[in-house]
Amino acid sequence: MKDRAFEGNDLGVITPRTFCHESAFLLRSGANLPGFELVYETYGKLNSQHSNAVLICHALSGHHHAAGFHSKDDDKPGWWNNCIGPGKAIDTTRFFVVTLNNLGGCHGSTGPCSARPEGMGNWGPDFPTVTVEDWVRSQALLADHLGIRQFAAVIGGSLGGMQAMQWSIDFPERVCAAIMIASAAKLTAQNIAFNEIARHAITSDPHFAAGRYRATGENPDVGLALARMIGHVTYLSASGMGQRFGRQLKSGDLALGQDVEFQVQSYLRYQGQTFSRQFDANTYILMTRALDLFDPAAAYGDDLVEALSGAKAKFLVISFSSDWRFSTERSGEIVHALIRAKKNVVSSVIESEHGHDSFLLPLPRYLAVLGTYLRQLYETLDEHAP
Amino acid sequence: MRPDLSIIADLINPSARVLDLGCGEGDLLSFLQKHKGVNGYGLDVDPANITTCIAKGVNVIEHDLDAGLQDFADDAFDMVVMTETLQSVRYPDVLLREMLRIGKECIVTFPNFAHWRCRLHLGLLGQMPVVQHLPNSWFDTPNIRLCTFDDFERLCREHRYRIIQRFVVGPDYHQHFLANQMPNLFGTIAFYRLGRSL
Repeated sequence: MKDRAFEGNDLGVITPRTFCHESAFLLRSGANLPGFELVYETYGKLNSQHSNAVLICHALSGHHHAAGFHSKDDDKPGWWNNCIGPGKAIDTTRFFVVTLNNLGGCHGSTGPCSARPEGMGNWGPDFPTVTVEDWVRSQALLADHLGIRQFAAVIGGSLGGMQAMQWSIDFPERVCAAIMIASAAKLTAQNIAFNEIARHAITSDPHFAAGRYRATGENPDVGLALARMIGHVTYLSASGMGQRFGRQLKSGDLALGQDVEFQVQSYLRYQGQTFSRQFDANTYILMTRALDLFDPAAAYGDDLVEALSGAKAKFLVISFSSDWRFSTERSGEIVHALIRAKKNVVSSVIESEHGHDSFLLPLPRYLAVLGTYLRQLYETLDEHAP
Repeated sequence: MRPDLSIIADLINPSARVLDLGCGEGDLLSFLQKHKGVNGYGLDVDPANITTCIAKGVNVIEHDLDAGLQDFADDAFDMVVMTETLQSVRYPDVLLREMLRIGKECIVTFPNFAHWRCRLHLGLLGQMPVVQHLPNSWFDTPNIRLCTFDDFERLCREHRYRIIQRFVVGPDYHQHFLANQMPNLFGTIAFYRLGRSL
């Protein structure tokens, strides 16, 4: 067992905890969950006024383990370790950071993999449809449990950014700043189409067995890997992939045309296989549906300005130049709706070749914008006190 | 604060809605927020400026003025400000029209290409002017749309923009007797407060 020397600005070993909500929880779909559990982690310390809490909302395939390590011999840190830690953009010496695995997830929170309350196996495909609004309400219950009346910031990339926006609409008094990174106010038809292809890849796998694969013991690995491969290509940009892989060969001889395998093939296959071992197919379907359904303007006559008019937060909207899955234009729509709604908003378009994935990467300018915004927010926290 | 910005700050009513095109380091908006309760937004493209504005708590939107202002609603602002930027945008006439569409009024400042020093450079030396208020060489200047006060006023007349106020100042941003008497010859920077045609 190797003994890890943690870097100075990394959090050390983090132990996840579980929040149990023991009364009924009515979902937007009308279904009633008889209670739920959320797995969460916290970094940093909640101050005496309880004013320095920050909520991190995860994207499609994320979870509660956003930063630090789960053990001393852990290979990889949490998914947003680039951003969260002492002295980092989301500075844990200032903020008390809360991250969780959303309802319907497959990393320990109540979801399709959980046992049904009646004790008849697990939920599987029968787990009710969950929406971004449901997530936000469940996160608010977690905040109550932790004694957090108001978050200094709710932060998320992609689907996480949608949750940050929903927070500002549904709980205006409980958010000082909503930070939406590489996100959108709703998905485009093209985006829904990509999600549908991914779902179709999963449901077409014979091992999927209409979602009851737990009973057969055969996981729909092929379908899940394919879904991830499709998604992964859309999270990168053409030029970014070109730079990283080009036409480099992993094996074979291009001149003879025999047994040729390009690096990009091998990379995608590896990504797909790894993902299929770590992620639940029913959760993937559930999360992509939540993405498709998100449209806060719908309840306000399709008027996003109206939807945001009740928000009291200030907003930071960040997008990336080469992101075509959640393009800078989609972020621009949010920004202009916020300006029309007379909200305080800062927006930045970060030059990057890494497509949608940029929001997870340590791009210096991105970290500078996020870090500077949060530092300024921290210095003015007293002005925002409820 | 830069002297030109304090001149502009004096022209803006408390609690006005302000848009600052090419807001730089956000000094004007930061001042207006603190002292006049102004809810303003600034547009800029320079990454360093964006970060500086964020550190000051200014609402900065990263946006290239050459990409236009079509996403802003009519009458969204009481005042649209553009300081010493008119001469470096691709379509200044279009931008002026847009400024008066989204703002009830606008304030524009720009350097005078007909200042006597410029005339001397071009007329006597036969060289593109390199002077205190226009310090760049022709090949590396961001100022691609230089004009004179006369040119600008002609454009305003053609489009029937109302010139509500005009200040002409010397290189130190102070008003001078000569700059007042013969602005197009002795003024270096002009401040125009414009309104829509009545």
